[in-house]
Amino acid sequence: MATGTLAVTATDLWAARMQMSLSLGWHIVIACFGAAMPAIMLIAEWRGHRTGDVAYRLLARRWGRAMGVLFAVGAVSGTILSFEMGLLWPGMMGTYGQVIGLPFAMEGVAFFIEAIFLGVYLYAWDRMPPVPHMLAGIPIVLSGVISAFFVVTANGWMQQPVGFTQEGGRVTQVSPLRAMFNPAVPTLTIHMILAAFMVAGFAMASVYAVAMLRGRRDRYHKVGFLLPFTVAALVTPVQIGVGDWAAHAVASNQPVKLAAMEGVYRTDRGVPLHLGGLYIDDEMRYALNLPYGLSLLAHWDPNAEIVGLDSVPPGDRPPVNVVHWAFQIMVAIGFALLALAAWTAVTWRRRRDLPGTRWYLRAAAVAGPAAALAVEAGWIVTEVGRQPWIVYRVLRVRDAVNPAPGLVWGFVLVALVYLVLTVGTVYVMRRLSRDVPVPIAPQEADVSGYKVI
Amino acid sequence: MSLTLADVLMAVLWIGLTAYVLLGGADFGGGVWDLLAGGAARGRRQRALVEHSIGPVWETNHVWLILVIVLMWTGIPPVFAAVTSTLYIPLTLAALGIIARGAGFAFRKASTEVWRQRLFGATFAFSSLVTPFFLGTAAGGIASGRVPPGLARGDLVASWLNPTSVVTGLLAVATAAYLAAVYLTRDAERAGDQDLAGLFRHRALLAGLVTGALAVAGLLVLRADSPGLFRELTSGWALPFVVLSAVAGVASLVLLWRRSYLAVRVTAALAVAGLLWGWGAGQYPMLLPGLPLRTAAATDAVLAATLAALALGALLLAPSLWWLYTTFQRPHPPPEKRPEH
Ligand code: HDD
Ligand code: HEM
Ligand code: HEM
Repeated sequence: MATGTLAVTATDLWAARMQMSLSLGWHIVIACFGAAMPAIMLIAEWRGHRTGDVAYRLLARRWGRAMGVLFAVGAVSGTILSFEMGLLWPGMMGTYGQVIGLPFAMEGVAFFIEAIFLGVYLYAWDRMPPVPHMLAGIPIVLSGVISAFFVVTANGWMQQPVGFTQEGGRVTQVSPLRAMFNPAVPTLTIHMILAAFMVAGFAMASVYAVAMLRGRRDRYHKVGFLLPFTVAALVTPVQIGVGDWAAHAVASNQPVKLAAMEGVYRTDRGVPLHLGGLYIDDEMRYALNLPYGLSLLAHWDPNAEIVGLDSVPPGDRPPVNVVHWAFQIMVAIGFALLALAAWTAVTWRRRRDLPGTRWYLRAAAVAGPAAALAVEAGWIVTEVGRQPWIVYRVLRVRDAVNPAPGLVWGFVLVALVYLVLTVGTVYVMRRLSRDVPVPIAPQEADVSGYKVI
Repeated sequence: MSLTLADVLMAVLWIGLTAYVLLGGADFGGGVWDLLAGGAARGRRQRALVEHSIGPVWETNHVWLILVIVLMWTGIPPVFAAVTSTLYIPLTLAALGIIARGAGFAFRKASTEVWRQRLFGATFAFSSLVTPFFLGTAAGGIASGRVPPGLARGDLVASWLNPTSVVTGLLAVATAAYLAAVYLTRDAERAGDQDLAGLFRHRALLAGLVTGALAVAGLLVLRADSPGLFRELTSGWALPFVVLSAVAGVASLVLLWRRSYLAVRVTAALAVAGLLWGWGAGQYPMLLPGLPLRTAAATDAVLAATLAALALGALLLAPSLWWLYTTFQRPHPPPEKRPEH
């Protein structure tokens, strides 16, 4: 606002950013399950229905029960996000809220569909015949995936703001569809949706990998491992390809972000790829350099020019080490998960069985948390790499934040609530699997006797 | 005066708000009755009824709030920015209350041991009480003109801690409890539990009287605290709505007394909706002091695209919502008729 005279303290600005990243970083893990778990569960229910297999049918019910809890937590953690868009960033929303409004309105419709069909799907499980019941699950799958798409288009606009004109700080013309389908959308949305399937799939498989490590190697646990693991493993190579595509998009649309991801100070040709290392005093130190690597990867040409951080004034550069390391971690996890998927595939072709060593199960047990870590890292690349802009090259974070004093107390309170929420969620999810143990050889009565709600 | 796209958007926003108050509000009210249901053994049947009634629908009812928030920043962005920045404190508390409530409810359902059910249940019930209160104080701050346009230009505390806000907050809690009792009476009757229906009938009568008294007291407070709003409510377009609300409120008490549990659902909803639309009509077209709808509204391209998206969405939503509510308002099939898998 032109008359805005309240000055924001550095602490409050810091607190607002931390509060936003905490709530987003929390929500995204649950949202991955919201987007991908319904599909995996429906596959299990469908196979159970086709084959009458008790293991699949029991899995579907138990997953349904867990999903009920995760959805509730996802809904409330998403709600606080929509509050925070205004509580923390009124300077952005008051001006540009209308530009990103359309995808959010569509997302609202998708949320309705999701909640309605989830209510019917979970609560009417035993009141509906199997086929209509599974059909009621399909809108949940579609609306979960499409709501991830919608919200990421809004984030894409913050990376590539297009589709509006403004005069003197006031938006005068908007083309909502152009703003929504901005240049960042194809890579961001596809990469995110695939990531959701990796997180949900590997994490669900992790649960059964842990059980197998504890000696439960019966058919139920094997099936419970294999189904979600296969989904996630099939997605992994595609995800790496899309990640490469995303890096190309960043190289041409947000060159300063790419420079931060790789710690490149000087604009140059034939730039090497840095592995590891620390960025100190405008220089990348202790890194392993692969000559010409970055030029080659970013533009398919060993002599291509890479724009460095020196192309913008110091105040416009994102914090390099955070972005660089987040990127390295994401890529490393991506390749590690690819290796795990390949190991499984090779053994399966040879022996129609999982690798026998406990190391395999240990690796599979950490695959779920690792995928979630990759998502967090990826979002840090995207969001911290955009700094100091909240809307890239249009509005600075500092000018968007709520000027009210005392934001830091809000952050403290929110952090405490999230701590309790995390403990509660983990505890309840663990109890869900323990309170009603799975028998070694499940029978029909174990399936119909397991209450979904 | 011709209807503009901005008017249509405001009407849709107000419909969303009404739906949230009538449906989501009743879910909060269910939590209030859960809180007042007494010890674990005595309150078990009441709690089971509350849980059974709101379980399948609360997430859907909750989405109305999201829709209202999103329509605010899309349709009237400066209002959204002014409201959220000045009313930062009550809105943060309400948001945290929403988290505690949803998580508590879901966690309790997934728990088997009594101490866990108690802990999560208490979280759910307590936050059902405080959340509508804070949302109500925020509404009172806006209605009494204490939120000026601009970022955090209003008083961060007095904007929501003032006579009008406190009365509105209490009214929000009472309304929620009243609606819930009215709906639960019929739910208990349908489940064949006449005892419980009688219990909630008593509560609905009591809550109805309290709500009505609060509404009257509220008008008196308004006259002293925000004469502008009082004048708007008691004249012009707002008056018919306020009268409707009063008449429907009295009719609800009569219907409850005569045990017309289905009809009272309609009149109770009208009584509450009348107040909301009275407020809206009274304030129109001023959204915040010195900020009329015309100036606050988004560009026509945005309004048209959003309304079109919502219209298309409504085609999908209307039958789905109908299906949801009728599925769970029908009695369960008797156990022997249940499909085997
Ligand atoms: C399972 C998760 C996962 C895995 C294995 C990968 N990513 Fe990723 N990445 C994400 C999950 C993710 C993410 C969290 O979902 C992000 C954040 C925003 C987005 O859309 O995706 C992301 C963002 C993101 C960005 C930033 C996009 C932007 O700012 O516009 C780049 C350049 C890459 N990724 C590249 C890669 C590469 C080259 C990978 C190769 C191994 C890779 N990602 C694996
Ligand atoms: C859910 C996955 C996401 C994660 C984990 C995430 C992460 C983050 C992080 C770490 C920050 C702080 C950056 C900093 O201050 O250095 C941030 C800021 C922000 N993000 Fe995201 N983000 C996500 C998605 C989104 C989406 C979908 C939107 C909007 C549609 C969004 C909007 C914002 C806003 C408004 C800020 C504050 C301004 C800023 O600090 O740049 N984020 N996010
Ligand atoms: C990349 C980031 C995000 C993704 C992929 C995502 C995806 C999802 C999904 C799939 C759900 C429904 C599933 C569930 O409840 O578990 C959900 C819930 C929700 N999300 Fe997010 N979200 C993201 C970020 C955001 C942001 C930035 C906001 C708000 C500004 C937001 C607001 C919400 C809300 C309000 C809900 C609850 C809807 C309901 O009541 O059913 N989300 N999100």
